[in-house]
Amino acid sequence: MLKLKSPHEIKELQLCLEASETSRPCISVCAGSGCKASGADNVLAALHKEIEKRGLKGTIDIKSTGCHGFCEKGPVMIVWPEKVFYNGVSLSDAKDIVNSVTNGHKPVEKLLYKDPNTGKRVLHENDVPFYAGQKRILFGNNGKLDPKDIRDYIKVGGYAALGKVLTDLKPEEVVAEVKAAGLRGRGGAGFPTGMKWEALRKSPVKPRYIVCNADEGDPGAFMDRSLLEGNPHSVIEGIIIGGYALEAQEAYVYVRAEYPLAVEHLSHAIAQAESAGLLGDNILGSGLSFRVHVVQGAGAFVCGEETALLASIEGKVGEPHPRPPYPVQKGLWGKPTVINNVKTWASVPVIINRGSEWYSSIGTEYSKGTMVFSLVGKINNTGLVEVPMGITLREMIYDIGGGIPNGKKLKAIQIGGPSGGCIPASMIDLPIDYEALTTAGSMMGSGGMVVMDEDTCMVDVARYFMEFLEEESCGKCFPCREGTQHLKEILTRISQGKGTEADLELLEDAGWMIKETSLCGLGQTAPNPVLSTLRYFKDEYLAHIREKRCPAKVCRELIVYEIEATVCDGCHACVKVCASDAILGEKEKPHEIESGKCIKCGACIEVCRPKAVLVH
Amino acid sequence: MKVATMPQVEMEKVEPLLEQYESRRTNLIPILQEVQDTYRYLPQEVLRKISQKLRVPMTEVYQVATFYRCFSLVPRGRHVIQVCLGTACHVRGAPRVLDRILRDLKMAGPGTTDDLQFTVETVRCIGCCGLAPVARVDNSHTHPHLTQAKVGGMLKKYEAKTEPAAPAQSDEASHAKA
Repeated sequence: MLKLKSPHEIKELQLCLEASETSRPCISVCAGSGCKASGADNVLAALHKEIEKRGLKGTIDIKSTGCHGFCEKGPVMIVWPEKVFYNGVSLSDAKDIVNSVTNGHKPVEKLLYKDPNTGKRVLHENDVPFYAGQKRILFGNNGKLDPKDIRDYIKVGGYAALGKVLTDLKPEEVVAEVKAAGLRGRGGAGFPTGMKWEALRKSPVKPRYIVCNADEGDPGAFMDRSLLEGNPHSVIEGIIIGGYALEAQEAYVYVRAEYPLAVEHLSHAIAQAESAGLLGDNILGSGLSFRVHVVQGAGAFVCGEETALLASIEGKVGEPHPRPPYPVQKGLWGKPTVINNVKTWASVPVIINRGSEWYSSIGTEYSKGTMVFSLVGKINNTGLVEVPMGITLREMIYDIGGGIPNGKKLKAIQIGGPSGGCIPASMIDLPIDYEALTTAGSMMGSGGMVVMDEDTCMVDVARYFMEFLEEESCGKCFPCREGTQHLKEILTRISQGKGTEADLELLEDAGWMIKETSLCGLGQTAPNPVLSTLRYFKDEYLAHIREKRCPAKVCRELIVYEIEATVCDGCHACVKVCASDAILGEKEKPHEIESGKCIKCGACIEVCRPKAVLVH
Repeated sequence: MKVATMPQVEMEKVEPLLEQYESRRTNLIPILQEVQDTYRYLPQEVLRKISQKLRVPMTEVYQVATFYRCFSLVPRGRHVIQVCLGTACHVRGAPRVLDRILRDLKMAGPGTTDDLQFTVETVRCIGCCGLAPVARVDNSHTHPHLTQAKVGGMLKKYEAKTEPAAPAQSDEASHAKA
């Protein structure tokens, strides 16, 4: 691509790309990590082959795009310009899809989304309930553009905000605009971004650095991954605008190595932006010089904490240090540094393009704009969801998420990763904003939302998070290192039916001690999953302690597997899958589980069609 | 630690690898990552070279190498199976899938099989929560919606297909190729 020499040339290129847009049909296939795992690459290959075979090359375009969000139904695709939405596509469907495009766009009925409530097929993406309730200002373009082609991003208005900033706004005006928009850090803590930027500008020390935190370590969260995979230029544009506003010359994007596709797309996008004159020296003839480097994480959850992340970029072990000094005072190599999350950076061009007034009209009084959640766990429509702040949990779970599978009852919603807490089903009308979630004992976090049904044991969930945090605690400060271990030991004891009621007091006391005395955010929030489950699900703890019973039938030491002889059809499926040869019985006669041998792995339940395996 | 079975380290690969990097402390982690990719672990001799080049004491090189999860001081298997234990995978049954994999490979816990064919590790979320529970093999193939019944088929794909030669020999051969 030719080097752009002025902001004006971006506009010209955009108009030119728009004008060259043909009415050629285009099949946009989601090739994010989720759909890839469901076979999107095979579908893409089959489509290419089919088009080649029928000599239709040049008449139908195929685009491999980033994540569309609806992972549950993957691979998904949209056929433009009709905007027909297909889900659950397999490679054998390629022929039908191409046929439909050539035969006057008669949709392939069986690939259309079927509304589980009405049984009706839905033609367009926007009418699918999963998408209808969303407001996708950050993710809306994912389905339209090839993340490896900068021209696609420019065509939808990309880098226009950068052009605007360079021609119309002074650096401090950019900061004022971000502040007026009310944007708060999307990484979890929700610190006002404009204030952070202002604080950095107060420091006379140079050079200054910019860091993009893409170390999305929270289990159950993949928003940042999808944005970097699907629309890396939106993040890069935000970072360059930050570079201009903060008068920095270098930025580092710290990405988890567990996200290979995100690393690949981001690095590719940076190289493209460099050759287009949007990064490097004298950007768009403005005199601004700015570079972006990619740093890969090495697998440590604590590196999501900002001071640990900075240590890791410097090549050291990722141990946090006390704040103050804050990174804006003393950050990377001791220089003032602004660290923001991926989604925060991607929000910046949106604010510049559409204005702070528009942006701050979305959301609640103190939480502005949209928030991206990964809606996962025991929910019908798993995937990525972008909603205005202030939407209720009910709307999230039932309207967008389509409710709980298999007619089960909602029990709790875990928000905010290991630092967050579990909110009970009774609080379903809680609005989602920073303050409301914190009051409820959880936190916004980076946006992981794990839905739990009646088959999820809350003691087990608390134990799971403590095990995670014990492993990931860096070990520098005592309360976190020893405290998480002790909480885990107590919870393990309870889940084995060996706990006492005094243990509950101990959990609570130790939990508060860890919160108040730990060095960094990891330890200060580590007890949240324990404290919030104790607060809302004490009965479940007591059932484990007093009755030696796990109401959700999860804790292995407290359950027994049995086969209901009247239901068993003797199909032998469980016998074949049983890991410990504990199931006896001839074919076509009721089987029996030898309880001494059974290791309670649950494989028999998975395969039993008549549902004869019972857990007590 | 099975020091006795440590393979011969091909030191000739080290120089060209190190030459790509400036001798700056910041490059320690990227260098270790590339060494890990090349050798499937961090051989002690190579760590010493890195320490000399970057002028970072061996104690600090070890500190970094043992702090981060993606580094290993012992050789990893030919196929690395990462079983996701993220929250979404956990509530959809990942611990049972992990147990099944370990049992099928006759392993007591995550680690490497004696024939160096498999390394099983747990990972806290690879961001495919919509398809939970998942496992990723060799950083590229993600197996979605795993059940215990699917484990056998998944492992079969990556089992050694070599002739029944003496194990030590086939090990060496594959290292020469790696």
